[in-house]
Amino acid sequence: MSEEIIKDVIVRENEDYIINMGPQHPSTHGVLRFEVCLKGETVKYLIPHIGYIHRGIEKMSEAITYQQVIHLTDRMDYLSAHINNEAVCMVVEEAMQVEVPERVKYIRTILDELNRIASHQLWWCAFGMDLGALTAFFYGLRDREQILDIFEESFGSRLLHSFNTPGGLMHDVHPNFQKRTKEFITYFRKKLPEYDQLLTGNIIFQERAKGVGYMSREKAIAYGVTGPSGRGSNLACDIRKIAPYGAYDKVQFDEILMTEGDTFARYQVRMAEMWESLKIIEQLIDNIPEGDFTAKMKPIIKLPVGEYFKRVETARGELAVYVVSDGNKSPYRVKFRSPNFSNLFVMNELAAGGKIADLVAISGSLDLVIPDIDR
Amino acid sequence: MNTDMSSKIYDFSTLTGSIDAALNSWMSPGLAVLTELVIIGLVFLIFYALLGLFLVYLERKVCAVIQNRVGPNRVGKWGLLQTIADLIKLLMKELIPIRKADHLLFILAPFIVIIASFMAMGAVPFAKGLHVLDFNIGVFYVMAVSSLGVVGILIAGWSSNSKYSLIGAMRSGAQIVSYELSVGLSLMAIVVFSGTMSLSEIIESQVNGWWIFKGHIPAFIAFIVFLIASTAEINRGPFDLAEAESELTAGFHTEYSGIKFAFFFLAEYINMFIVAALGATVFLGGWMPLHIGNWEGFNQVMDYIPSIVWFFTKTFFIIYVIMWFKWTFPRLRIDQLLTLEWKFLLPISMVNILLIAFLALMHWHF
Repeated sequence: MSEEIIKDVIVRENEDYIINMGPQHPSTHGVLRFEVCLKGETVKYLIPHIGYIHRGIEKMSEAITYQQVIHLTDRMDYLSAHINNEAVCMVVEEAMQVEVPERVKYIRTILDELNRIASHQLWWCAFGMDLGALTAFFYGLRDREQILDIFEESFGSRLLHSFNTPGGLMHDVHPNFQKRTKEFITYFRKKLPEYDQLLTGNIIFQERAKGVGYMSREKAIAYGVTGPSGRGSNLACDIRKIAPYGAYDKVQFDEILMTEGDTFARYQVRMAEMWESLKIIEQLIDNIPEGDFTAKMKPIIKLPVGEYFKRVETARGELAVYVVSDGNKSPYRVKFRSPNFSNLFVMNELAAGGKIADLVAISGSLDLVIPDIDR
Repeated sequence: MNTDMSSKIYDFSTLTGSIDAALNSWMSPGLAVLTELVIIGLVFLIFYALLGLFLVYLERKVCAVIQNRVGPNRVGKWGLLQTIADLIKLLMKELIPIRKADHLLFILAPFIVIIASFMAMGAVPFAKGLHVLDFNIGVFYVMAVSSLGVVGILIAGWSSNSKYSLIGAMRSGAQIVSYELSVGLSLMAIVVFSGTMSLSEIIESQVNGWWIFKGHIPAFIAFIVFLIASTAEINRGPFDLAEAESELTAGFHTEYSGIKFAFFFLAEYINMFIVAALGATVFLGGWMPLHIGNWEGFNQVMDYIPSIVWFFTKTFFIIYVIMWFKWTFPRLRIDQLLTLEWKFLLPISMVNILLIAFLALMHWHF
């Protein structure tokens, strides 16, 4: 079955008009190179070349302790840093059979969702930029700043926080945390409709996004596309629903699914997810239980011999962490299944046959973060 | 013509006339004409540079307001000297030589673009009596010379030996050639109404009301078509496909640096001014004050505002509108751009010009 869904290997021809988009190009959002073959304005095929920011995070992890691995996960999908941290923490906690306090679960979930909103805001900015709506960038960043301020107050850092440790959190959140988060919810509820006024309803925007880069559900499954990109193609792939972790089993929220499968559907999924994230935070923020901010852990963590696997829903899809331990203080092998890697390679299927401008819109709608692809 | 005393106060022809008389009394007529040409050229060069700098500053401030920012505010009062500082920076930058580029054309291209805009500027009536080139085919002339700029853009894209530049230039060529039609037809609407192609006579025909009011709905449609099509013609957002930075890095001027890049940049802004000035002249009465029918008192008060103020107010209003939609709209795709022109704007303006011809024949306009 998969042969029919996944296209054959691309054959290069001598007279192809190739342009290399990237590794330094304003719309690839990082050091990614698309080898694009053009026929006039139309894209004939596209080959992504990766590896420009490969740092060998998986190999590095084999030489360092589990606490240190967490800091490396920040540098994968830097916009979902907190969620990446949590995945590794959950693996260690499961292996050590540590029950984390309820307070930690609540705070982790709230931070996950704040992180998701911040990530979607930045995606919205960048997507607007890709389509040439430069003003969107400043509206998105204005609101993202509020979240980063909350992060800064609690963790002392805005982007790569490494706030999770195996067993809990580095330290307790700032006393202002609850108050400011609630302020942010009321603030952002007012500001989110502005996003729709500026971009969603715009006729040029809709023309650019609707019907562009259609991805069928089968194709999404075949390529392993997850996250909002997959849900835009009606693929129910939300790990928060499939295998709830943290406090996700205690909250009510909807998994946003769209059937259209085009760029606009992926856009709408992310916009609706921001509303859902606000809903989740609102349900948790007043009920954070009192208690310790971390479970009691040994200073040197050695996982029992065996294989451990956990997955979380980052802002871009399913991040799975697979750890093989030989009983030492550093892992024998770590494998990260990063969402962006799978999401990237569906690009040729979506962009071939469209225009160059469509290619930019599609890569924007897949919301690629390049360090997560290369790791 | 309005014979009011008040409108005579601000007539620049008294000033220019006295300069002409003085020069003629000092030297032979031939030399006097030569001196006048040199003076006009110098004044224009200075005006051109200052206007370019001011428009860049204005754009930054307008986009800052739209984007919740402050904009330039460090260099000089309210950042007024920012663009001058930028110009000095651009002047000092290295002109990066491109290997395997067609050097002659590569150097020539920015000059063609800038000369085209410079020539069009000559026909703009700035105020009463302040009009360098006033001849009977003014509208036609401005259209013709301003479309010369596309040659420069095509040469720039071709000669810089870069694939991005070439795509940008091709886009720009297709775009400008298409939208020229709509611009021409919408200007023709007013030419039909006023019965002349001379810009000064078009202005005089609007003494008792601007064409946008006098020409009923068809003139308004023509104005909207003109606004859209001329924005596309000067390659500004949402029609800035030729330099779509998210797709083609910088389009046709990707390989240009330093002052050569500044030339393209400057020409783009001056073109915006020319288009806005043409729109203001043809549709909004140029330097003609706002007059309403028989309201004598109101008309008198309006006459006391100098004609140059009227002209620049109207022009900058149109410039603001053009900037406004650049900073709020996403960019179109190339096929959508051509569809908009060939399937919507062109048929609309063709039907519109028939309507206007009918109105003008029946003398149904005011």
